[in-house]
Amino acid sequence: MNSLFEYLLRLGDDSLILGHRLSEWCGHGPILEEDIAMTNISLDFIGQTTTILELAGQVEGKGRTNDDLAFLRFDKEYRNLLLVEQPNTDFGFTMMRQFLFDAYRKPLFEALMKSNNKQLAAIAEKSLKETKYHLRHSSEWVIRLGDGTEESHSRIQESLDTLWRYTGELFFSNEVDAELTESGVLPDMSGIEAEWKQTVDEVFAMATLTIPESPWKFEGGRIGKHSEHLGYILTELQYMQRAYPNMEW
Amino acid sequence: MKEQDIAILEQKFQEKIDNDIKIEPNDWMPDAYRNTLIRQISQHAHSEIVGMLPEGNWITRAPNLRRKAVLLAKVQDEAGHGLYLYSATETLGADREQTIDDLHSGVAKYSSIFNYPTLSWADMGAVGWLVDGAAIMNQVPLCRCSYGPYARAMVRVCKEESFHQRQGFEIMMKLAAGTPEQKEMAQDALNRFWWPAIMMFGPNDAESKHTAQSMKWKIKRHTNDELRQQFIDVTVPQAELIGLTIPDPLLKFNEATGHYEHGPIDWDEFWEVVKGNGPCNKDRVDARRKAKENGLWVRQAALAHAEKKKLRKQAS
Ligand SMILES: [Fe+2]
Ligand SMILES: [Fe+2]
Repeated sequence: MNSLFEYLLRLGDDSLILGHRLSEWCGHGPILEEDIAMTNISLDFIGQTTTILELAGQVEGKGRTNDDLAFLRFDKEYRNLLLVEQPNTDFGFTMMRQFLFDAYRKPLFEALMKSNNKQLAAIAEKSLKETKYHLRHSSEWVIRLGDGTEESHSRIQESLDTLWRYTGELFFSNEVDAELTESGVLPDMSGIEAEWKQTVDEVFAMATLTIPESPWKFEGGRIGKHSEHLGYILTELQYMQRAYPNMEW
Repeated sequence: MKEQDIAILEQKFQEKIDNDIKIEPNDWMPDAYRNTLIRQISQHAHSEIVGMLPEGNWITRAPNLRRKAVLLAKVQDEAGHGLYLYSATETLGADREQTIDDLHSGVAKYSSIFNYPTLSWADMGAVGWLVDGAAIMNQVPLCRCSYGPYARAMVRVCKEESFHQRQGFEIMMKLAAGTPEQKEMAQDALNRFWWPAIMMFGPNDAESKHTAQSMKWKIKRHTNDELRQQFIDVTVPQAELIGLTIPDPLLKFNEATGHYEHGPIDWDEFWEVVKGNGPCNKDRVDARRKAKENGLWVRQAALAHAEKKKLRKQAS
């Protein structure tokens, strides 16, 4: 197994699938400003996907382009988190999903900036700028909705109750990580979980939200075992490439 | 105010317009001018927002990453256009909430082109090329509109519209140069969007009830038929360049006038769609209404939070 390729798929697929989910909001946001914000964030994610999967294709060395990787793999070959493929449900759910992810992505990119792989470090640096803005945006909404009205509070608490089970997978680690750590591609990642937890605790305190007690954590995305949702995402995402193979657009 | 005073104000107002001095929000203006602008700018704003839907329809199915990114950027621009235009209506005293409710209740109109479905990827090309292309023809003269905030909004909007038109044409060009299936997809999109696009300029001059007054006020600079002609003259050679056929068997170039002549426009269809009987009128308005209804709790929460924050600040 090519560990760096595998790791880049994780990064690229998280961006691709979450970008896809956000783009589903386009034209349907609760206010026009949020239509713009979600489309803009989706665009950042598609931009990240483009550079990360391009690098993945080079690292793999089999001549696959970023589009080949984005559009022509089977579901088991996607390495995104279960968290990012969860459906939009409502605006609060979308913001909670985003917040839990952004709070992880920020320390992750900060760490990856120290990678000995120059290209990966450069991607991390560029993406970090975007991620900081995404995190500010999603934290503000979690706080607004948690603190807002009785209805918004109970809705966003319910979103947290549902999504919390997917957060264990954020810190998934296997032989891929071990090997990349050994070779110095992955710098010390030990602080990421603590930083994530601190961000989450701070924001939830302001939002008056409570972390659910369920100890059970779902994982599988990182090794290609996905939820039922991914198949439908890919059906749309891949439609053109599957229906009209080998054409240029 | 006495009738005499109003007559003087109206005269001064018209003099300003005749001298190309912009009218600004705090200037005196006749009610009819104000109402015409509110109607026109809010229709324009609604068109930007409703127009996000037929294109938003293909974002999740865009064929590659580059096209997906470009389409997202384009649709995001349209939302931005809607936002500045709603703000421009507010400078005239319109209430944004009410303006949007008028769209949802069917009182306010928007460009009928968005009541046609987008059925294939090529429609993203046709919409950019033809619909944004027609929008440019309508909007470039609006950059010189007598009402300052509208004119300034249009300067910014037009820059983005020309990027939209180009990306649409580029999609079509690529398809037209592609496989037989791709070329057919492009031709089919042109067949479906051509006539609705040329109807975007509105009824013939003889039927257009607001044109004369709007031209006197310099809200409008050219008649519907002039703009339509300009659009056809520019677009037909573009179609020829990429090997697509305009679906009008009577279309021909008149050497003497230097203009294309086109076949009869089906105005019955136009008026039916305006009345609400187009293929997607109901879907479009329902989608916007649903977005607003589903977002109510979010907007209430944002207000409640802002209020609580203010009180906490005062208390501390
Ligand atoms: Fe626009
Ligand atoms: Fe546009």
